[in-house]
Amino acid sequence: MLNFLGRLWQPGIMLVALLLSVPVLTIASFVFEPSGENWEHLKQTVLPEYLSNSALLVAGVSVGTLLIGVSTAWLTAMCRFPGKQLFVWMLLLPLAMPAYIIAYTYTGLFDFAGPVQSQIREWTGWGYRDYYFPEVRSLGGAISMLSLVLYPYVYLLARSAFVEQSICVLEVSRTLGCGAWCSFYRVALPLARPAIVAGLSLALMETLADYGTVSYFGLGVFTTGIFRTWFGLGDSVAAAKMAAMLLMFVFTLVVIERVSRKQARYHHTTNKYSQLPEYQLKGAKALLAFLMCLLPVAFGFFLPAAQLTSWAIITFDEMVDANFVRLTVNTILLGISAALLSVLLAVFLAYGKRMLGRTSVFVSIRIAAIGYAIPGTVVAVGIIIPFAWLDNTLDQFMRERFDYSTGLLLSGTLFAVMFAYMVRFLAVSLQTIESGLGKIKPSMDDASRSLGYSPRETLFKVHMPLMKGSLLTALLIVFVDVMKELPATLILRPFNFNTLAVRAFELASDERLADSSTAALMIVVVGLLPVIYLSKSIAQSRAGHKNDG
Amino acid sequence: MNLKNIVIALSLVMSTQALASEVNVYSARKESLIKPLLDRFTEQTGIKTNLVTAKAEELLTRLENEGRNTSADLFITVDAGNLHRAKQAGVFANINSAKLNAAIPDNLRDPEGQWVGLSKRARIIFYAKERVKASELSTYEDLASAKWNNRICIRGSSNIYNQSLVASMIDANGAQAAQEWTNKLVQNMARPPKGGDRDQIKAAAAGQCDLAIANTYYYGTMLSDTKDESQLKAAQAMGVFWPNQNSRGAHVNISGAGVTKYAKNPESAVKLLEFLVNPESQKWYAEVNYEYPVIANAETSDLLKSWGTFKADNLNLDVLGKNNAEAVRIMDRAGWK
Repeated sequence: MLNFLGRLWQPGIMLVALLLSVPVLTIASFVFEPSGENWEHLKQTVLPEYLSNSALLVAGVSVGTLLIGVSTAWLTAMCRFPGKQLFVWMLLLPLAMPAYIIAYTYTGLFDFAGPVQSQIREWTGWGYRDYYFPEVRSLGGAISMLSLVLYPYVYLLARSAFVEQSICVLEVSRTLGCGAWCSFYRVALPLARPAIVAGLSLALMETLADYGTVSYFGLGVFTTGIFRTWFGLGDSVAAAKMAAMLLMFVFTLVVIERVSRKQARYHHTTNKYSQLPEYQLKGAKALLAFLMCLLPVAFGFFLPAAQLTSWAIITFDEMVDANFVRLTVNTILLGISAALLSVLLAVFLAYGKRMLGRTSVFVSIRIAAIGYAIPGTVVAVGIIIPFAWLDNTLDQFMRERFDYSTGLLLSGTLFAVMFAYMVRFLAVSLQTIESGLGKIKPSMDDASRSLGYSPRETLFKVHMPLMKGSLLTALLIVFVDVMKELPATLILRPFNFNTLAVRAFELASDERLADSSTAALMIVVVGLLPVIYLSKSIAQSRAGHKNDG
Repeated sequence: MNLKNIVIALSLVMSTQALASEVNVYSARKESLIKPLLDRFTEQTGIKTNLVTAKAEELLTRLENEGRNTSADLFITVDAGNLHRAKQAGVFANINSAKLNAAIPDNLRDPEGQWVGLSKRARIIFYAKERVKASELSTYEDLASAKWNNRICIRGSSNIYNQSLVASMIDANGAQAAQEWTNKLVQNMARPPKGGDRDQIKAAAAGQCDLAIANTYYYGTMLSDTKDESQLKAAQAMGVFWPNQNSRGAHVNISGAGVTKYAKNPESAVKLLEFLVNPESQKWYAEVNYEYPVIANAETSDLLKSWGTFKADNLNLDVLGKNNAEAVRIMDRAGWK
């Protein structure tokens, strides 16, 4: 049975990986075309800056998301303090906020010409250069914006790792004389490391692929550089070389992580699970914990949401009509189907890898997931080219053979849009499900098999129930990501098809922030429902928890 | 033959091919700035319109790759550079319309007849009335002079309107002079470039700089913003200055369009173009988005009239496209972010 499944499974995985890597390979193939003088020009002028800015951005967002994500995850998983029950799910709220929207709102509020600084000048009589105020639209600003909306990836995965940790290891660390901090640093943190790294790598790939925020802030990074070279200089070869450099950047990060993890395994060795003991925080410590959780939520969600709401109130009548309802329905349907499909694929890949454990499978899976770090525009172009080629070749063939024109079958359809989502977001569901699967120790598989379950039955009867939390997490994140996704949807969509993100971005990029707010707010509102539902489910799906029998 | 039937059935289900009396539009003009006109066109002619909007560069990539099977009949851009690029890519057909030729001046049409301008957008200087007198201003060239040191706000060099402005400087004064001008302009910037055109106007009104370079329609939409008072106030603090009135005229870009080479509905597409330059539509551009009409003697809006008449640079806009790559290189070298 295993042999039979294995025979089917491995080619299946390789086929999926191959299909999903077509866009990236298409772009990468440009690298081998001769490049003109532009590459030299770029090297001499802007390339060093792109490199250093991208590196600083990645470093900054790493620090930001780790600090916020891991600390809040630990606090809400292991400590008891006022407001904790609320924070458990509220800390996820910024996930629903698209990065470019938060960038626009913060600029609107805190820019030199914005209400806050204008008020300061009115009170003090100062002028430009008379006082210091942090510049929103700067590298530091971009790091802050991206950290505020991306830390939930780290929080989400780190928290579920902390919650799912066996009580035994923590008890052992206590008996060995480790206090709360020591347990955290020496036991819980290393054990949660794969999950934290998975969350961080999602945040970083998203950072590298971001276009909206960095271009609005006027930062020269790889994404803006690729765009400019491709369209401003009209040089697709030099642009593809830049995209290839971006890919190498990502591969390096992946390899560094793999090497540093070496052969370590992160399974729990005992079946004994029970309610985790929580540290009761009091006084100043409780207040500190409260603030540490409040600040990211306040700045990552409530402040921008309040600004959006105040704009939306003014423009509501004008912007909401039957058309708007259709946009919302479109967006939700698209999000749900993409989320389901992507989780299905991820389970197929991750489970195959667990079962087969071959290098070829491992490599295929990494290749399938690389699209997350590629800017949506580049992915879209990488889809347009092969799809149109396929359509035109088939059309040509049908014309010649049967005198019948099939026209465009794939290009400009929702299928192309859906394909782009798989390329972009498979990494999200894959990371989440792999880290969920990784926490189920192999002895569980052995036990299941020796009790007579086939691999398929093991998957459905043993792993699935244990992975409920991870599956839900993956569904949610992909759903929210798809709702926020912009460039690929924009370029690939069929005629007369709009989504909320398209509407919000079109208006915002025309600097009509107030008008764009209803659509932006709707993205946030639609994203909230699954976030809340999910946080409830995660709390109940802890391995060994009563509810799961 | 089975294969044939399957493919045909599949294509019937999935086909995006055009039906009769339709126009399929790829538009870089945002939905809100083109859909109302398309709806009006459908109302008047019964010809259905279908729309996809995105950036011109991206739509062009899609158009190029879709080749002879593309369903797009019309490609609309918001700048001349991309029209030129589309023409170079060979995705446009010749437009044969006596009506269009008569209505639109030569310099706003492609010399080979592959695209036409639909509306004009002037990129000019706005000055903080409190701190600058109009008499201190003269030309784009003058923006490089030392007296404007640390006083100019302008957006980033990835923006096509800035690329086009530099492209026009290359045409007017040569690449060498354009490079020197750009170098000095960068030195005169009050802050690293960021944000959009409205941002520059707001920053100047708030005192971060004294001059802002922006397209007129942004200024127009700010002046008529009834929802956000700060926009209105900022715009009111700024004056309009038309540069180079004693020489070549103010730099103008266009929103324009061409009929695609493989259009399935070329006649309807030309009809739509003719509709877009009729006096009524031209007035709509002026009223809704404060753009200038391309046809002579068109009625505009009261707001546009209040800014006075101006002399526009009448260089053929195809040149902006030709010089675009050189402009980007010049801006890179000058360190214009």
